[in-house]
Amino acid sequence: MSTFLGMPALPVYGTGNLHASESFPKAAHRELGNAQLRANLGHATRTIRDKRLKMVAELPDWEQLRDAGSAIKESVMARLPELLEQFEENFTARGGVIHWARDAGEANAIVAGLIRDTGETEVVKVKSMATQEIGLNEYLEEQGITAFETDLAELIVQLDHDKPSHILVPAIHKNRTEIRDIFLREMPGADPQLTDDPAVLAMAARSHLRRKFLTAKVAVSGANFALADSGTLAVVESEGNGRMCLTLPETLITVMGVEKLLPTWQDLEVFMQLLPRSSTGERMNPYTSLWTGVTEGDGPQNMHLVLLDNGRSAALADEMGRSALHCIRCSACMNVCPVYERTGGHAYGSTYPGPIGAILSPLMTGIQAEENNSLPYASSLCGACYDACPVKINIPDILVHLRSVDVDSKRGTKKIPSQMDVGMKAASWAFSSGKRLALLEKGLPLGRLAAGPDKKITKLPGIAAGWTQSRDIPAPPSQSFRDWWAKEHRAPDAGSATPSQGGVSENSVSQNKEDQP
Amino acid sequence: MSAREEILGRIRTALKDNPEAPQIPRQYRETSGLDEAALIGLLADRLIDYKAQVSVVDAAEVPARIAELLAGARSYVVPAGIDAGWLSGPGHEPGGSRRHLDSTAAPLTVAELDGIDAVVTGSAVAVAETGTIILDGSANQGRRAISLVPDHHICVVKAADIAGILPEALRRIDGTRPLTMISGPSATSDIELERVEGVHGPRKLDVIIAR
Ligand code: SF4
Repeated sequence: MSTFLGMPALPVYGTGNLHASESFPKAAHRELGNAQLRANLGHATRTIRDKRLKMVAELPDWEQLRDAGSAIKESVMARLPELLEQFEENFTARGGVIHWARDAGEANAIVAGLIRDTGETEVVKVKSMATQEIGLNEYLEEQGITAFETDLAELIVQLDHDKPSHILVPAIHKNRTEIRDIFLREMPGADPQLTDDPAVLAMAARSHLRRKFLTAKVAVSGANFALADSGTLAVVESEGNGRMCLTLPETLITVMGVEKLLPTWQDLEVFMQLLPRSSTGERMNPYTSLWTGVTEGDGPQNMHLVLLDNGRSAALADEMGRSALHCIRCSACMNVCPVYERTGGHAYGSTYPGPIGAILSPLMTGIQAEENNSLPYASSLCGACYDACPVKINIPDILVHLRSVDVDSKRGTKKIPSQMDVGMKAASWAFSSGKRLALLEKGLPLGRLAAGPDKKITKLPGIAAGWTQSRDIPAPPSQSFRDWWAKEHRAPDAGSATPSQGGVSENSVSQNKEDQP
Repeated sequence: MSAREEILGRIRTALKDNPEAPQIPRQYRETSGLDEAALIGLLADRLIDYKAQVSVVDAAEVPARIAELLAGARSYVVPAGIDAGWLSGPGHEPGGSRRHLDSTAAPLTVAELDGIDAVVTGSAVAVAETGTIILDGSANQGRRAISLVPDHHICVVKAADIAGILPEALRRIDGTRPLTMISGPSATSDIELERVEGVHGPRKLDVIIAR
């Protein structure tokens, strides 16, 4: 294995909003306490899931489209340097300017510099994961530049000084009354009579943003796709705010991850069928804009594209995890994920929540980074995300792979046997002899005592603590199965359990039923 | 080292295992095989599903239908290259003081567009299966801004321009033109997933399918 001379050493990890500031179990525990969030999420994910299934079932060739989509993305990754150069050549030939950014800080500085060159201090923004990832809005604010989010949900989140919790419907954790209150509090000139009818709220947002759209000189966007063979960029949206930003201002600055390429125009026919149905459960999203450089007399005449690495090359270097870069950010995996449905997006810390976030964030930051090493464990490995993914990313396999990377990275740093090691040794000692087990089972009533009157143990000590952080476990029976068996089978006259044992036998009998084959 | 060289270098290093680019299996449908009547029916059905209004008329009736739809508009804009016949005949005042022409050579300002009620355009291609209309900026569709800012978009789709499925449609399009794909009026579902038509784009979309 030879490294070319002058080649940068890998991996170089990403920066920005990819890091969790606290571990997933801790954040999840807090979010689980939010009943409103859980109710909103449950409703939302169920609704989108059902719509998606219906729309997917309409296409007789859905699986063939997935196969094509998956193979196209695999070939993009294999040919990435070549495709990037081809794209750059075509984009530049049509009047666009390309900037390369190694990480979040560099991308932010480039965008701020480009805005400063225009002399403007306000920009309108199209919802974009890439700019969210690099924390662009916050950076611009520090630089004295105000960025107005124009997607309704992003606007709600921005006005409330909150963070998005879903990549498709970022304000899904808020209900209509909360949104009305936010508008009344934060939107200059909001009608005090504002009701919480979604149509009324949408119109309030319309008039709030209208002036901005019509006067903005600079817009910032992301891109859903970039076509290498023509230098074309595409943005997929619903509200028309994207079209406003992409066509009315004089200067357009787009920030895009290097992995978003598609080799040819023809490939668009695959992804424009996969994306809307997987994400919003629609046959097609209301608006898609495609532009190839500058068109004279139509749309922005200054066109910039910031190509972002920020940990993508690190993810690419992981042969097993590489396919996480195939993601087209449809959000189907989070809508089917039982863990996401309960914890919501904030628990994942990073810009990328849900199953894809659980693999993408640690791949981009390195598994050793801060609290991201807990993310690969934020899954029951049920496989629903893999089934839903339009580009067939095998998320469960990558989760398992990352868990092993995590374990490996910790090995060697710990000389003292871990609690898990001790626990496992103790278990093998106990289970290897019936006598030892019987002795241990005498301790069961103690467990009942620990459980208290509600018959639930809410906190286990030591290594098992994590397990009870977001679950309660039922109290152990006061009598072990062995004791129960011995009593039941002692003599015919001992018969069935006496009334005084009622509560007890209920517990142990139901356990017995499950234990028996 | 420049950022460009460094990033490309990192990517090459990341691919040092030389992964192979697979053959792309394209077993998905590339044509629909629907006839014109079926295409019109399917497109109309999908558009109505998106809450667009649809009228299916003979080509000769297009001007009358446009005049009818424009009756309530104080002003409207058309691209300079619009099919002249669509705006003549009964119901259309010659020249029309309500009518604004727009072209890349003589573009209306955004503020002017904001004061205009409606817009009439043609279209490049439509996709029946998804209810999608594609504008490619040719002369009878005009600049992207005119179909965006006015609140009511009246769009004429010729039956011959309807494709069954997306791959058929995209193969009829020059991908390097400024393209807008429209599937229904502007919509949002951001508040409790309740669909609201019309946020920033035109709140009303009228499609006239011309046989
Ligand atoms: S991993 Fe797959 S399902 Fe999840 S957001 Fe990405 S493309 Fe969609």
